Amino acid sequence: MSTATDTPVGRGPDAPRTSSAQKPRDRAPHDGEYSKAEAWRRRLPLMPAFLFVVICTQIPFLLTIWYSLRSRNLLRPEGEKFVGLRNYLDIFVDSTFRTAALNSILFTLGCVVVSLLLGLGLALLLDRKFFGRGFIRTLLITPFLIMPVAGAMLWSISMFDPTYGLVNWLIGTVGISPVDWTSQFPMVSIIIALVWQWTPFMMLLLLAGLQSQTGDVLEAASMDGAGPGKTFVHITLPHLRFYLELSVLLGAIYVVNTFDQIYLMTAGGPGTASANLPFYIYQRAFLGFDIGQSAAMGVVTVIATIVIATFALRLIFTSINSKEQS
Amino acid sequence: MSTATADAPHRTRSAAPIRPRRAQGRTGGILLTILAWAAGLIFFAPVAWMVLTSFKQESQAASNPPTFFFTPTLDQYASIIGSSGAGSYLLNSMIATVGSTLLVLVLAVPAAYAVSIRPVKRTQDFLFFFISTKMLPVVAVIMPIYVIAGQIRMLDNILTLIVLYTAMNLPIAVWMMRSFFLEVPGEVLEAASIDGASLLRTMRTVLLPMVAPGVAATALICVIFAWNEFFFALNLTAANAATVPIFLMSTMTSEGQFLARLSAASVLASLPVVLAGWIAQKQLVRGLSMGAVK
Repeated sequence: MSTATDTPVGRGPDAPRTSSAQKPRDRAPHDGEYSKAEAWRRRLPLMPAFLFVVICTQIPFLLTIWYSLRSRNLLRPEGEKFVGLRNYLDIFVDSTFRTAALNSILFTLGCVVVSLLLGLGLALLLDRKFFGRGFIRTLLITPFLIMPVAGAMLWSISMFDPTYGLVNWLIGTVGISPVDWTSQFPMVSIIIALVWQWTPFMMLLLLAGLQSQTGDVLEAASMDGAGPGKTFVHITLPHLRFYLELSVLLGAIYVVNTFDQIYLMTAGGPGTASANLPFYIYQRAFLGFDIGQSAAMGVVTVIATIVIATFALRLIFTSINSKEQS
Repeated sequence: MSTATADAPHRTRSAAPIRPRRAQGRTGGILLTILAWAAGLIFFAPVAWMVLTSFKQESQAASNPPTFFFTPTLDQYASIIGSSGAGSYLLNSMIATVGSTLLVLVLAVPAAYAVSIRPVKRTQDFLFFFISTKMLPVVAVIMPIYVIAGQIRMLDNILTLIVLYTAMNLPIAVWMMRSFFLEVPGEVLEAASIDGASLLRTMRTVLLPMVAPGVAATALICVIFAWNEFFFALNLTAANAATVPIFLMSTMTSEGQFLARLSAASVLASLPVVLAGWIAQKQLVRGLSMGAVK
């Protein structure tokens, strides 16, 4: 250990990110520094997890592609045959599929945007010392921890029931007549339940971002005569960019796959008005037993997700790398 | 000047003694505090209402206008706990949650070690692969999984849920554990390897104790997602392997609008995760961001 390193001695596990993040570069070998065998030996601990995930996700997906090229209905086992791309043509002329795709986008956009804004507001409110701050923070994260099935039923019955729901009673006190929320405004009802669940998630991430801001910069800005508004726009927001991107990406990954709330609050209805892609595919597969078409829809969904996700991932990877190396 | 400093006893940045901030003054601060309290209470209100409803009689639960004052009763809880089968749902949920979480840790800790402490080329590709599987819509693979499980007679078997929940949480766990391994100071590892400690021993005696809080945080996230999972449980289980979310759903559909009873069941079903999340708030942030945010 006599080699002269410029790393400080006695750095604990709580060392700031800036110093710890240089390690991967320190340790990362240059290509060809060691043999292939050594590379595999180093990679070995990774393999069980890698194979597990491949077997559980990639192999079923390959089967989905296979199913999507065949006509198969579980109710008619004898009618299975290869049909090429016909399932894909069928779903593109299926107007319900297009509605479900559009709904998926609306749910995701609506929920992510609204909960991001609310989460940002709440994070700003919590980013200052006040009486009961820990308590309020605890209350605020609770909706995220409630079992989604319980949350969905809480909203569809206790809150939105047309006769004894709490929401109708509340709007009744200001003279608005009762509304049958889940049948008249199914999309809005579901988005409200989703926003309620996901706002705490956004708040937690953004609050962590706000609290990682160094006080000096803010103080300096204040000294220079910048008001709270200007400080927020020119210093806090740029600092939060990484956290905002992360919140949007992770939030979107989870919300785009929403199933529980739709299944339990509206069952995709009335009709198919509030079905998103996961719900519609589920319906075709498990209620219609139409394996071929539901598989084709699954493949299309995955391709769309990959296109969007690759774009989003690149964004996130750049920010993670630049953050770790800054 | 002494009074001015007394106004800002903590030298934090929000209370830093800077003119423009103070001009905003105490009324502004009080308003923000009231706003924060109001927001917290509004967000919590549905949960509070659920808890309140669970202590009512059915007639009070479904009343218009809502009943705010009543004599609390434990009837609903007694009926849920005493109902036949409730125990087996609970047991299934516990087996699926604990089983998958342990399996995730066994697989994720070595994997995270490989991508962080001793990275090789293409490490980024592996990480990228793991995270990309989280973006694969579950619904796109449910049909083959259903068919395969049927063929190997694993439908309605709790082992199937353990395997699937493991696959669901493994990518998150690898990313999270990686962020904890990256914090281990390089000198510690060097010292251990100079002492001639073998890989396994280094891992057991040096590394694992240092990342133990990370293991706990990772386990917490896995528990939350596994406990609350609904989609796989709905499609792949029936009488034998059904979990708590399925029990909750059946409470609603089979018994119609027994709101007080449903609320009691919801409270009981949510309680483990809510308590765990409340206690481990700090770890929650890190887990939800897959280790990217502390």
